[in-house]
Amino acid sequence: MPENKEAVRLRGISKTFGHVAANTNVNLSIRHGEILSLLGENGSGKTTLMNMLAGIYYPDEGEILIDDVPVQIKSPKDAFDNGIGMVHQHFKLIDVFTAAENIVLGENADRMKIDRKAVAAKIREICDKYGFDIDPDKKVYDMNVSQKQTLEIVKILYRGANILILDEPTAVLTPQESEKLFRVIRNMRDAGKAIVIITHKLQEVLSVSDRVAILRKGECVASIDTVNANEKILTEMMMGRKVDLNIERPEPVNPTKRLEIKNLTVRDREGNLALKDISFVANSGEILGIAGISGCGQKELLESVAGLAAVESGSIEYLPSDAVTPTELVGKNPKQIRELGVVLSFVPEDRLGMGLVGSMGMSENMMLKSYENGKTIFTEQKAPRELAGSIKDELEVQTPDIQTPVSRLSGGNVQKVLVGREIAAAPQVLMTAYAVRGLDINTSFTIYRLINEQKKKGVAVIFVGEDLDVLLALSDRILVLCEGRITGILDARTCTKEQVGLLMTGGTGVESNGAEQSK
Amino acid sequence: MGIIWNLDSMLGWIVMAVNFGSVILYGAMGEILTEKAGHLNLGVPGIMLCGGISGFAATFLYEQNTANPSGFVMLLLGLLSSIVAATLAGLIYAFLTITLKANQNVTGITLTTFGAGIAKHFGSVISAKSGSTAIRSALADEVFNAKIPFLSTNLGVVGKLLFNYGFLVYLAIILAILLQLFFNKTHQGLNLRAIGENPGTADAMGINVTGYKYAAILTGSAISGLGGFLYLVINNVQWSTALDIEGMGWLAVALVIFATWKPVNAIWGGYLFGFLSKAGAYAPTFITGIVISQHIWNMTPYIVTILVLIFVSFRMKRESRPPQALGLSYFREDR
Repeated sequence: MPENKEAVRLRGISKTFGHVAANTNVNLSIRHGEILSLLGENGSGKTTLMNMLAGIYYPDEGEILIDDVPVQIKSPKDAFDNGIGMVHQHFKLIDVFTAAENIVLGENADRMKIDRKAVAAKIREICDKYGFDIDPDKKVYDMNVSQKQTLEIVKILYRGANILILDEPTAVLTPQESEKLFRVIRNMRDAGKAIVIITHKLQEVLSVSDRVAILRKGECVASIDTVNANEKILTEMMMGRKVDLNIERPEPVNPTKRLEIKNLTVRDREGNLALKDISFVANSGEILGIAGISGCGQKELLESVAGLAAVESGSIEYLPSDAVTPTELVGKNPKQIRELGVVLSFVPEDRLGMGLVGSMGMSENMMLKSYENGKTIFTEQKAPRELAGSIKDELEVQTPDIQTPVSRLSGGNVQKVLVGREIAAAPQVLMTAYAVRGLDINTSFTIYRLINEQKKKGVAVIFVGEDLDVLLALSDRILVLCEGRITGILDARTCTKEQVGLLMTGGTGVESNGAEQSK
Repeated sequence: MGIIWNLDSMLGWIVMAVNFGSVILYGAMGEILTEKAGHLNLGVPGIMLCGGISGFAATFLYEQNTANPSGFVMLLLGLLSSIVAATLAGLIYAFLTITLKANQNVTGITLTTFGAGIAKHFGSVISAKSGSTAIRSALADEVFNAKIPFLSTNLGVVGKLLFNYGFLVYLAIILAILLQLFFNKTHQGLNLRAIGENPGTADAMGINVTGYKYAAILTGSAISGLGGFLYLVINNVQWSTALDIEGMGWLAVALVIFATWKPVNAIWGGYLFGFLSKAGAYAPTFITGIVISQHIWNMTPYIVTILVLIFVSFRMKRESRPPQALGLSYFREDR
């Protein structure tokens, strides 16, 4: 393979925040006409390193060379001037502006007046060149995630970027949208652009990139050509040790009906139908995976079981292990559900928004579930403190202290705190939504292990996931939602990724697995 | 109860509405510019008071201490002194909320109290020095209330309605249109709106967030300050009622919401507010047989604003909402 011309060279880059070293002496080169994957666990310093190229942070030490010339990048403007553009994980778009308005923001124009025709023409030219599809007059609030991401990429190309950095670009996309994104990324590479993708999804690294650079604990530990890599090699380099990549799936022990949902119809907060007449059973000692494009009713399904959403019609019957007659959950609020002895542990999608209070420490967050237990007018603090301590030790939560506000912890550690607390409630039904979203492999596997432990204890687990490979490996059965309807319930041991993918988009090519469902 | 028609009274009411409406319009235009940068400045009444007292003091003292005061110097003095004082008051707000990231609501309210104090203090100092409470600048009245010759006198009702105002009233309309064009048609206007919506995004696009915010708040304060001075002008440049500027300032804040942050809407909205705020004086002349308290009439602009707020929130139109980052300080390091 001929060596491409070097676009960026980082020499001895270091950056510390307070006492924490985010990057230490990183050396890295990025080449024109090449897709480089930047791979690493959560908190390994991938995003910080790239933010220094994008002008968000300034390195404490080290040197940046663009096309062999040393440069100072002190602000996003300097980055643009050096042809560097970054698509951040959280999109930086103005909702009430059109695509074109977002694109011309901050442009150094000769004239005050915006020449909308010229802008639209230039956008069309970029779209035609790389295969994007974008409507310049569409408002951002009318766009879906995929369109917003396209807009972000067009935006930086419009500013003349030759070096593109994409931070976890597929985190919010469906498999189909990801494929589309990879196509345009390859087109851009073929046009000579240098492209960096920050990710921790190994399959993507292998399928799209030309070279992989691996960061571990803020240092660049290796860089290899993708043709010489496989999942095992990459994981070991990323973790620094051997890792078992197989997800355990114990056989369900004596499954009995725990939760039966009949003809459930739910409207979302805007009054649209979110769930349309759905029925299914969740068994004890079993993991029921829920697949679907995001926003297809997963959230409403979990919320209606937990008593957080208003049910329009249908029933949710709950049969605890020590009871004979089922209890109806519809019409009860979350507190009543708890007082009835119904234990539901719920890991919401938005972990810092709904699950934890960011400004409180671990032990205070534990108290959110037990504040009513004290006997005096003062809160009972000892038990939550002990619980927080044991979660910190058992799940290896990286925090200076159990009193440190959880918003200061990294995403993976926040997730561990939340899952740990919910599991400590010794649930009969454990519901999780996107439990491993944004987590690295190591933490993800810790979460899978915790969920499996609950399953072995006879808990009925409902696992809403987005990674089909994980859903297929972890679940016993997979329920597929599409636009608020169940398009199929499959046996996860026998079905294929393609079958699930088809059902997710509303296809009916597969018979639903009736035998499993009616048990 | 009955209604009687009275043309002269109606003409007087409309002229008053346009005059007072323009005062509110200046205040609102300044506030719109400020809010588009993401800063809610509740100090507008205080800034208008500062502009008013400064413009008054300059014109009054100039006339008192000069043998042959010139109309042109009077014009410059009145405008410049009110603009400078209002800009300085705005600078206090800008420094506290942009650089020191202080709470915008608290800072604004404090500035209003401060402005009222300044105006009261200097008003009474000047009154005491000249030995009269009914102080006014006759020449400034003449200069700023100069009507368009011929058109204002020879066209009957049309002349009285359209050409019967000082030049500041017409300037307000021009400014509002220019502001609207600035927001919608220029790069700088787009950049400013982006800052008010999402300063983090604007920053990442290489826009100088701090610079834009200072420019918008200082210019906005200057425009609001002109409103304070116009209040004195339409009251024949006499000090006695000037402390009522504060009420006009609160109406200006309400008008921003009423106009859904669009300067052109603020023109007719301002006139409507002016019309309603003068209802206490004029409406009873049209109604016989029942006495409605003047205070009830004085509430109408606020009631209309509440109704409009309800109406706007029902429509849920994204473009009619306040800038998304309004009232929030911007820290670059926050993620």
